[in-house]
Amino acid sequence: MILNPAKRELLAAELLEAEGLSPEGRSLTKDAMRRLCRNKAAVVSMVVLTLLILAAFLGPYFIPHNYEDPDWAAFRSPPSWEDGHYFGTDPNGRDLLARVLYGTRVSLAVAFVATLVSVVIGVLYGAISGYFGGRLDSIMMRFVDIMYALPYILFVILLMVIFGRNVYLLFAAIGALEWLTMARIVRGQTLSLKHREFVEAARASGQKPLKIITKHIIPNLVGPVVIFAALTVPEIIATESFLSYLGFGVQEPLTSLGTLISEGTNAMENMPWLLIFPATFLVALLLSLLFIGDGLRDAFDPKDR
Amino acid sequence: MTTNTEKEVLLQLKDYSITFKTPEGDVKAVSNMNLTVRRGERIAIVGESGSGKSQTFLGIMGLLAKNGQTSGQALLEGRDVLALKPRELDKVRGKDMAMVFQDPMTALNPSLKISRQLTEQLEIHRGFTAKAASVEALDMLKRVGIPDPERRFNLYPHELSGGMRQRIVIAMALLTKPKLLIADEPTTALDVTIQAQILDLFNDLTAEMNTALLMITHDLGVVAGLADRVAVMYAGRIVEEAPVDELFENPAHPYTAALHAAIPRPDQDVDDLVVIPGRPPNLQHLPKGCNFSPRCPKVQDGCIDRPPQLETLAPQHCAACFHPFPRREELLTHA
Amino acid sequence: MLSYAFRRLLSTIPVLWIAVTACFFVLRLAPGGPFDGERSLPPAILQNLAAHYNLDKPLIQQYLFYVGDLLRGDLGPSFSSEDFNVAQQIMIGLPYTFTLGMTAFLLAIVVGVAVGCLGALYQNKMPDYMLGAMILVGVVFPNFLIAPILQLVFGIQLAWLPVGGWGDGSLKFLVLPVIVMALPHAGRISRITRGSMIEVMNQNFIRTAKAKGIGPRLTVMRHALKPAMMPVVSYLGPAASYLLTGSLVVETIFGLPGIGRYFINAALNRDYGMVLGTVIFYMILIVFLNLLVDIVYAWLDPKVRNR
Repeated sequence: MILNPAKRELLAAELLEAEGLSPEGRSLTKDAMRRLCRNKAAVVSMVVLTLLILAAFLGPYFIPHNYEDPDWAAFRSPPSWEDGHYFGTDPNGRDLLARVLYGTRVSLAVAFVATLVSVVIGVLYGAISGYFGGRLDSIMMRFVDIMYALPYILFVILLMVIFGRNVYLLFAAIGALEWLTMARIVRGQTLSLKHREFVEAARASGQKPLKIITKHIIPNLVGPVVIFAALTVPEIIATESFLSYLGFGVQEPLTSLGTLISEGTNAMENMPWLLIFPATFLVALLLSLLFIGDGLRDAFDPKDR
Repeated sequence: MTTNTEKEVLLQLKDYSITFKTPEGDVKAVSNMNLTVRRGERIAIVGESGSGKSQTFLGIMGLLAKNGQTSGQALLEGRDVLALKPRELDKVRGKDMAMVFQDPMTALNPSLKISRQLTEQLEIHRGFTAKAASVEALDMLKRVGIPDPERRFNLYPHELSGGMRQRIVIAMALLTKPKLLIADEPTTALDVTIQAQILDLFNDLTAEMNTALLMITHDLGVVAGLADRVAVMYAGRIVEEAPVDELFENPAHPYTAALHAAIPRPDQDVDDLVVIPGRPPNLQHLPKGCNFSPRCPKVQDGCIDRPPQLETLAPQHCAACFHPFPRREELLTHA
Repeated sequence: MLSYAFRRLLSTIPVLWIAVTACFFVLRLAPGGPFDGERSLPPAILQNLAAHYNLDKPLIQQYLFYVGDLLRGDLGPSFSSEDFNVAQQIMIGLPYTFTLGMTAFLLAIVVGVAVGCLGALYQNKMPDYMLGAMILVGVVFPNFLIAPILQLVFGIQLAWLPVGGWGDGSLKFLVLPVIVMALPHAGRISRITRGSMIEVMNQNFIRTAKAKGIGPRLTVMRHALKPAMMPVVSYLGPAASYLLTGSLVVETIFGLPGIGRYFINAALNRDYGMVLGTVIFYMILIVFLNLLVDIVYAWLDPKVRNR
């Protein structure tokens, strides 16, 4: 029995409909959104996160000082209202508030790019591995298993040492750290998706594998991918801070929360504000992202608790 | 054969009820049940899913879910096991009363050897040494029909078939020579060919050890081969109780009769399969009158006003129905 | 069981071989390496390098020498120290790192499992909330934040514990570093244990154990614990990796003379020899730790042994 293309699409749509999925692959349901909004911690976190993002990207236009010019009148001064150094200054006279905002901006940018990189690599790798199965799958997953066990950060440091401390390299390297788990999750989902009727129908009517992967499988992965991406972002920020703290991350004059904390730690006895403000921002960022990620996961899969 | 009244009473359920508290309200799984089990007796408890047949006995073993509450009494040799503290209950279960569950594939601990799982009861309940316990356990394995028991003794559960696992579970239950053995649908998960063997095993061993057997099942065929007496449960109540032959000859309660009629016969045409109309009862909203009334072919006005009590229709045969089926002899005499 | 262990051991060889070969080529390609005239290293060091790397011989011979050296435990010369080669520097730092790492590892497991079990058995009561709090603090606050805070509070303000250094090696110097290293893992392990324990306690074989009247203590310790530990053991492999990277920061902050601190200094000074050598060392270590973890897992779950 040969289906004509129009009928095939209709049949696929019907089958998807029956399973609660739509042909374009929208598997985010209104239910999940509602559940998310009921999660108080997640809602508060979303507000906090939005404020942080706004502060980081728009804030520097509204404050009196910038992040790299030293203020010769105020070195090492504690937070004060009058001279506009609301967070105080560092040993080089630079305004801490501006630096913290700038650092947050850098951390967020790294997180965004790195997450994107890890999502793209992870999804493609996992979908291909899961869809084709067999030996290819075994080999690909074995590779993932091996990579999983090795201390990735050491390799990143090694790369940084060899190829110089390029910010873009940092983005890519961190993204390359996190794709492993994404690939595993995507592969798992692909394995269960590929036996559903709509995929069988598409295959039976002769669609090329790549098309099936991009048109049918990947759109239905949106849910788990979004959840995992949300959970990865705090890890990425933590990793970048870790590297920056050690001195391998962003370089002067760029700064990130990790670098600021490193500077703050060295001076914490005499100038505690240098540590407290960047630390608070970092913790706030991580906490809010964590709650949002947890909230998303509970919203889509409530029994996972 | 000694008559029932001459044997001692072993277990008595008096006004026994089980309620589950759920966010949607209370669910009464078992209502005011009364049952007497004598030493060495074989009783079959028959009912469909949701009749409360399993929960009744999970309750006396102290294995109900956290939101389950019992009320009434369950007297084992005169002691109310429902009132026992956990530590005291632990001295009774696994020793004087034992239970065999439905699915042999998941009943055994996959990370412990069979030997460990068999000997621990003997060590705890009867103070055996490890060596003595092993000897006794091996002997029991032979009795339940495990071939080459010495080799299998040190294996893990996943290295054995379903039928063998169920035999081991039975061995485990009988090791401490309990006075009461409760078997919750022990053959449902097994191949038909193995089922008969397992049932024979129950038959032989309980007879040998004079252990009372409570066989929970939904399969009347199992009942016929094994039981002395049968209690039929519906929606948490016993609706009929009789010696086995009597029950098959003269089913009084319409539900029992329907179960009989529903047994498929080999010569029956597929289109003729008899089903019981209607849906299983909702235990949160039981009817005011008889629980079976929504599905009963003989329902009349009086049935929905108040629940029927168990009335004696013949020696040791009682049924809870306002309009029970007449006995065959009555039919014949009236013919 | 033994045959499984042996098979797993064999399977690590290709992994290590590929990794080591990759490192060989990385060294050759790296700008500023010994094969690059751009960098000016002190002559004594250049001499060591030339002697070691046999640059005049054909590539395949260099490779064989390289592998041969590795098998003998020679990781090559350091770019920043002319007296000590990489292997020697690692040996100097090893006892410190090992003590720190091992103690933190064991502490994290013991505390994590204990708190997780309590959380599972007393769900939604006091121990469970303590668990939640511990997880939150340990997982969210990066170790480079917790460390200075603890140093400030316990080292400076209260002056109960030394702020850093190894001192005479007595216990008090270990307390803060070990806590900082162990905390995030204790948190994660307790979360895993709790979830796993809850799941196991709902299994049918636990119902059977209860029905046998063996008592709550044996039911948990003998029947539930072993299966429940499987996800925890699975986590231990990656945990070893994370502990290792954690040690980099902890040793730096607390000024402990371990391998981690040498590594960071070497990396900041672009001492390729040291960095590469340490990476190789760590890799071999991790591969073996993972092997151990796999073996322990097979002990917990007999079904895995036949694979």
